[in-house]
Amino acid sequence: MKNFKLSFLSSSIAFLALTALTLFSAEVEAKKPIKIGFSMALTGGLAGGGKQALVSMEMWANDVNAKGGLLGRPVKLIYYDDQTNSKTVPGIYAKLLDVDKVDFVVSGYGTNLIAPAMPVVIQRDMVFMGLFGMNNNKKWKYDKYFQIMPSGPDPGVGFSKSWFDTVMSMRPKPKTIAFVAADAEFAKNLKEGAVTNAKRLGLKIVYNKNFKPGTPDFTPIIRAVNATKPDLFYVACYPPGSAGMTRAISEVGTKTKAFGGGMVGLQFSGIMKGLGPKLNGVLNYDFYVPEPNMKVYPGVRDLLKRYRKIAPSRKVDPLGYYIAPWSYAYLQVLGQAINAVGKIDHAAIAKHIHATEFTTVIGKVKFGKNGEWAKGRTLTVQWQNIKKKKDLQQFTQPGIRKIMAPFAFATGKVKSFNELR
Amino acid sequence: MFSFELLFNALVIGVLLGGFYAALSIGLSISFGLLDIVNIAHPAFIILGAFVCFFFNSSYGLDPILVGVISAPVFFLLGTLIYRIYYGSFEKTGAEALRGLAFFFGVMFIIEVILIICFGVDFQMVQAEYIDYKASFGVIDIPFRMFIPFVIAMVMTFGLQYFSSKTFFGRAMQAVAQDSLALRLMAIDPAKIKRIAFGLSLATCSIAGALLVIVIPIEPSVGRLYIGQVFAIVVLGGLGSQSGTLIAAMLLGMVESLITTFFGPSWSPAVAFSALIIVLAFKPTGILGRVGDTRG
Repeated sequence: MKNFKLSFLSSSIAFLALTALTLFSAEVEAKKPIKIGFSMALTGGLAGGGKQALVSMEMWANDVNAKGGLLGRPVKLIYYDDQTNSKTVPGIYAKLLDVDKVDFVVSGYGTNLIAPAMPVVIQRDMVFMGLFGMNNNKKWKYDKYFQIMPSGPDPGVGFSKSWFDTVMSMRPKPKTIAFVAADAEFAKNLKEGAVTNAKRLGLKIVYNKNFKPGTPDFTPIIRAVNATKPDLFYVACYPPGSAGMTRAISEVGTKTKAFGGGMVGLQFSGIMKGLGPKLNGVLNYDFYVPEPNMKVYPGVRDLLKRYRKIAPSRKVDPLGYYIAPWSYAYLQVLGQAINAVGKIDHAAIAKHIHATEFTTVIGKVKFGKNGEWAKGRTLTVQWQNIKKKKDLQQFTQPGIRKIMAPFAFATGKVKSFNELR
Repeated sequence: MFSFELLFNALVIGVLLGGFYAALSIGLSISFGLLDIVNIAHPAFIILGAFVCFFFNSSYGLDPILVGVISAPVFFLLGTLIYRIYYGSFEKTGAEALRGLAFFFGVMFIIEVILIICFGVDFQMVQAEYIDYKASFGVIDIPFRMFIPFVIAMVMTFGLQYFSSKTFFGRAMQAVAQDSLALRLMAIDPAKIKRIAFGLSLATCSIAGALLVIVIPIEPSVGRLYIGQVFAIVVLGGLGSQSGTLIAAMLLGMVESLITTFFGPSWSPAVAFSALIIVLAFKPTGILGRVGDTRG
């Protein structure tokens, strides 16, 4: 009898201990962070954008964690510097997935750095959010890829559509166009789309060339283009080229009615401040500008207010217009989808993202079949009324980057390039 | 599309561009050309110089070229210090070939990281009144943004050429390049000569940095774009020849400008480097390289 009592007691203790351990383990599992991994350009040519993106991604993680995390678990961002070098990217994603065992991966900043991550992520059949990729899914047609830049369902062509809508509203109607692009994936894709638009509109292409990155002086290019007397001059390039082209056209002059299009970097604070009034007349793409008609982006103003408090200590772009809202938003989409599905199930999350219109800081976001925006919202803006040199604050005021298209957001009428010089 | 206006302007810009390339390469013609030090960090030092100019220009409104000239002695001292480390760690033990290269790779990354910590990663530009000016002579325009660097490059090149051919120390530099053992036998310490010469090569980076930031916007890693170009110019010019470096830079600038104007910019690097290969095929020592110098 005594033996039976002892055996019963020890069994009960063992059962209770096991139950406690199971409950404790479940709690530990519940509190284990959801890991989101990515590569980011923190050094190299795209680091200006990459670091800006990282700041707002960390803001998102802090905001989510302050509200209890995702699925009741805190969020942890795990990232590595890809040095703006596409060769480093596959290794980084392999490490994130195999060593860090992340639950989700999102892309780094830019087309060239998304492309090498695609096969690694596709192989694992995971959801992949893209940040400013130009047509990266064209070849793969991957059903779990979603990209946040608002270029529209046919991004190559959609990106420059509003630019062409704008210039074709000019009178007399332009008839000829010149194209110049940097010899790099993103710029060439952009130019290819713009050429398609030009052909659709019956514009005669009088010049179409690429230049090597690192070109220090662009005056020979501007002169060669001027010799062909184009009505329009479409340029697609990265920040050093954008600054160089804008300076060169100020020196050489031009008779073209519109200059710009796909010039990356003119939106960056250092370059805006450095070029100042030389930007007047440039007609370029943008995603968010401080104009009154931007109510479609309801959360951006508040986000940028918070971002600008952090930016100086992190030595990133002090204004943050260009990328910060979008890098915050692509994580918002992912976060909302995870919570809605209620578990880490990549197929279900991808299905949910395809089916849902998300409300984010950049307004309503709906993805199409190929993971690009179902409807494009790339802005075409024209720099006007810049009077001061070395004054960054003027770029936070309305009336400087006036919206020309889409016409629903327009805050000004397009003027010919020389009219604003 | 040919017109004389295009041709004349292409030639003028080619010369100005050549001057700019010469300014970037002239220091390397001393360190790599004369001293046999594969200073892969040379463009990074130029970027360091450019950021020093940017800092004083944006904070105190000082002229970038003035800052470049004033900070040149500091760069000189930095150069002597770096050479001291390089000599003690690698050259003295004869391990400079590969380890020295790795050392300068390391120096390049350290400079980039320091610049990122201090200035961030955004593109930066400087302001100076002359950057916006241009002079017009009939159909020919001369932008001061390119002309000022050209003039300073000329002063630097001819100054260094005069220094290395007419002064005692300059000749000692040449002697180190030719036969350092003979120099040692004459009771001269080649390491001391090389230390000062390396300091001189880095002092040029300070001024070249000022010229660079006038011409293009800078960020900490932008120097990587010019590594191939500056080494190619030094080799094409003939190792150790400042005049050769200038001629090679002019050649490259002219070819780039003419090809860009008449055939399109995408062809210019291919044609420029084809010119390099052709010259080296017929004259392996480079344009003004010494006969018997097989280093090139």
